[in-house]
Amino acid sequence: MGMEAQARVVLRLSGITKRFGPLVANDAITFDLHEGEVIALLGENGAGKTTLMNILFGHYSADEGAVELFGAPLPPGNPRAALAAGVGMVHQHFTLADNLTVMENITLGTEPLWRLGRGRAAARGRVEDLSRDFGLAVHPDARVGSLTVGERQRVEILKALYRDARILILDEPTAVLTPQEADDLFATLGKAVARGMSVIFISHKLHEVMAISSRVLVLRHGRLVGEVRTAETDRHQLATMMVGAEVAELEVRPHAPGPVLMGLRGVSTPARGNATGLRGVTLELRAGQITGLAGVSGNGQATLAALVGGLEMPETGEMDLAGAPVEGWSPRLAVDAGVARIPEDRHKTGTIADFTLTENAILESYGDARFSRRGWMDWRAAEGFAQDIIATYDVRCPGPATRIRLLSGGNMQKLILGRVLERGPKIILANQPVRGLDIGAVTYVHQRLLRARDEGAAVLLISEDLDEVMALSDVIHVISEGRLSPAFARGDMTPAGLGVWMAGHGFEEAGHAA
Amino acid sequence: MEIFDILLSATFWAAAIRIASPLIFATVGELICERAGVLNLGIEGIMIAGAFTGWFAVYSGLPLPAGVLMALLVGMAFGALHGTLTVPFGLSQHVVGLGVTLLATSMTYFTYRLALPEVTSPPRIEAFAEWPVPVLSDLPLVGPALFAQTPLTYLAFATVAAVAFVLYRTPMGLALRAVGENPAAVEAQGLSVTALRMGAVMAGSGLMAVGGAFLTMSAFNSFFFEMVNGRGWICIALVVFGAWKPWKSLLGAVLFAAFDALQIRLQQMPIGAVVPYQVFLMMPFALSILALILMSRRAEVPAALMVPYNKGER
Repeated sequence: MGMEAQARVVLRLSGITKRFGPLVANDAITFDLHEGEVIALLGENGAGKTTLMNILFGHYSADEGAVELFGAPLPPGNPRAALAAGVGMVHQHFTLADNLTVMENITLGTEPLWRLGRGRAAARGRVEDLSRDFGLAVHPDARVGSLTVGERQRVEILKALYRDARILILDEPTAVLTPQEADDLFATLGKAVARGMSVIFISHKLHEVMAISSRVLVLRHGRLVGEVRTAETDRHQLATMMVGAEVAELEVRPHAPGPVLMGLRGVSTPARGNATGLRGVTLELRAGQITGLAGVSGNGQATLAALVGGLEMPETGEMDLAGAPVEGWSPRLAVDAGVARIPEDRHKTGTIADFTLTENAILESYGDARFSRRGWMDWRAAEGFAQDIIATYDVRCPGPATRIRLLSGGNMQKLILGRVLERGPKIILANQPVRGLDIGAVTYVHQRLLRARDEGAAVLLISEDLDEVMALSDVIHVISEGRLSPAFARGDMTPAGLGVWMAGHGFEEAGHAA
Repeated sequence: MEIFDILLSATFWAAAIRIASPLIFATVGELICERAGVLNLGIEGIMIAGAFTGWFAVYSGLPLPAGVLMALLVGMAFGALHGTLTVPFGLSQHVVGLGVTLLATSMTYFTYRLALPEVTSPPRIEAFAEWPVPVLSDLPLVGPALFAQTPLTYLAFATVAAVAFVLYRTPMGLALRAVGENPAAVEAQGLSVTALRMGAVMAGSGLMAVGGAFLTMSAFNSFFFEMVNGRGWICIALVVFGAWKPWKSLLGAVLFAAFDALQIRLQQMPIGAVVPYQVFLMMPFALSILALILMSRRAEVPAALMVPYNKGER
């Protein structure tokens, strides 16, 4: 206790309450941050972490409560005041302008606007010093649009350091990083803390919270439900506090794989817009096996998903279904061939927000004989089908006539899961199936995918969450710049080992070997 | 070939630069708005209002520079209206822009009728005279084209230089470009998205009005209905043609004006007796479409163009 008790309080939140319509996003939240301290703000998606930090940074105004920085009250709703008081924020969705250079993004807003010329040389020197001192390598003249996600995050941190931030807020900073990049980030934070920086680290990843913080604050449904010293707690206790109930461990039993249901041999596809094309991908999806695809987003996952789902054709290479070469390929043919999709973005491509649950439940099967006859919809049958999904998959909703936009993410995903699994699919394309879901829903979706595997489906699991891929997959491939690594069996690879492939290393050697 | 005689004549290029001048003002005005993330379709109406204001101010006895200033102020007022509706209120930029054009056009015609109820042919004013630059204007071809124009043409070129300087060399320009790319980045750096965008729309609209005033104060010396005749819409295309860059947009304006000057001359040639004159009228537009297709494929549109920014929304 001794050390922290003497450290100065740099930030004090008292009684912060924020409402969005009927939703109370933050409910009377009070805590202190001390100089040189790292606190973790832990909570599920929607617990109110980001809202709280946006209030602190001035993006939102609190309905009630006050923020005090270095003993002085902070005027609400004013990022400029927060910046001036020494708060730097690394947003989850980076606030960078892609068409501008690194230097331009960093110096934006730091000089008086009406000045002829910009003080470029001095600014550049400072940025170079900061990058060196804190291990944040990035070229000052590079266009931000050409940087990798890891580099962009470094620019975000440099922005804060350039303004002499004393308090750094990081919102889910590791969500987009490879394990190695995450380690680099932690090293940078260590250097900053050693110089008296205070850090608020927002996460829902327990192992990171345990590794980096000295104190953990747990948020649930907008309330601060717990505050513990990291040294005096463990992952199990934190998970229980975060969820509010005991968390069931996922049980994965080994399962013998069956025949290959879909095979790709040397498949390449062209790049389209921002989507990376595939380069010589060889992949086998076997019955009764979960194939995990790890990788940093934007490395060809979307294209591979499009290929499996029928939206993309191989330009070169071969594709076959259960041994038979694929000639024509379209979403309709994919559905007919038993491919079922859990799309990456359930709001944009998974559901139609203003359609009812019934309509959404039959989006892919409205043409089946059981829902339509001679061009006429049988709405009674469709509603019965939706009712079945609601009951079987525990979709919490007022009824099948509800518009799906009113459902939470977890319940929306359960409906999609039901729509997919009730078709008895041969191949399941699960693209980010648990993104944004709370732990209860995550466990449920994972159990269902495992059960589908045990019943003989081939599952392709695409996820940026390495822990998820490693927990569920029987075999793992890493995708990087459209190339696919060899298959690794369960337990053959460590996160660090996969991280090397995620960063794009290893492919050349494999190329020589092949 | 007679066409080469035209292209090598000093009067042709002098005409091209003169025709380009109002387009340069308005194009740069539109460019400022769009660089800040606001598409300003009020341009056509604001040019009409500017054309009338400048002319009427001088007709009422004000000196010429004061007429230009009045046009600038009226343009900024319409810019303030457009900006208020599209920036803090975040309304559709298309709808507001067309609304401003309709409003500015009809208010102008209404004011004209109120001010001059009895007039059948609009009165002329003593417009800007040409100011040949000593020595430079005696250069062959370039001299008459660039250095024997009215002060407003010189002002148009100076405006492009000033805007290019501000955009790329000053913190204000950096902030403007950033607010059109990612307003969240601007807010996270402590600047006001609303103030920047409002300022850009008002400044840009002011320039559009000066472009309109050029028509009455430096070209036709009088005001009549339909005189702007779609020039505003051409400027929207010229911004795209110029890939949102000031000097490139100026080049586009001059190119379009050259086609326009050429078609007028072609109509008077023997070929004009055979080919219907509408074909010549169409030529600059057809060629601009072609040039647009060729030039603007790799252009980088400001990423936040037409995206309203609502602070504190989730």
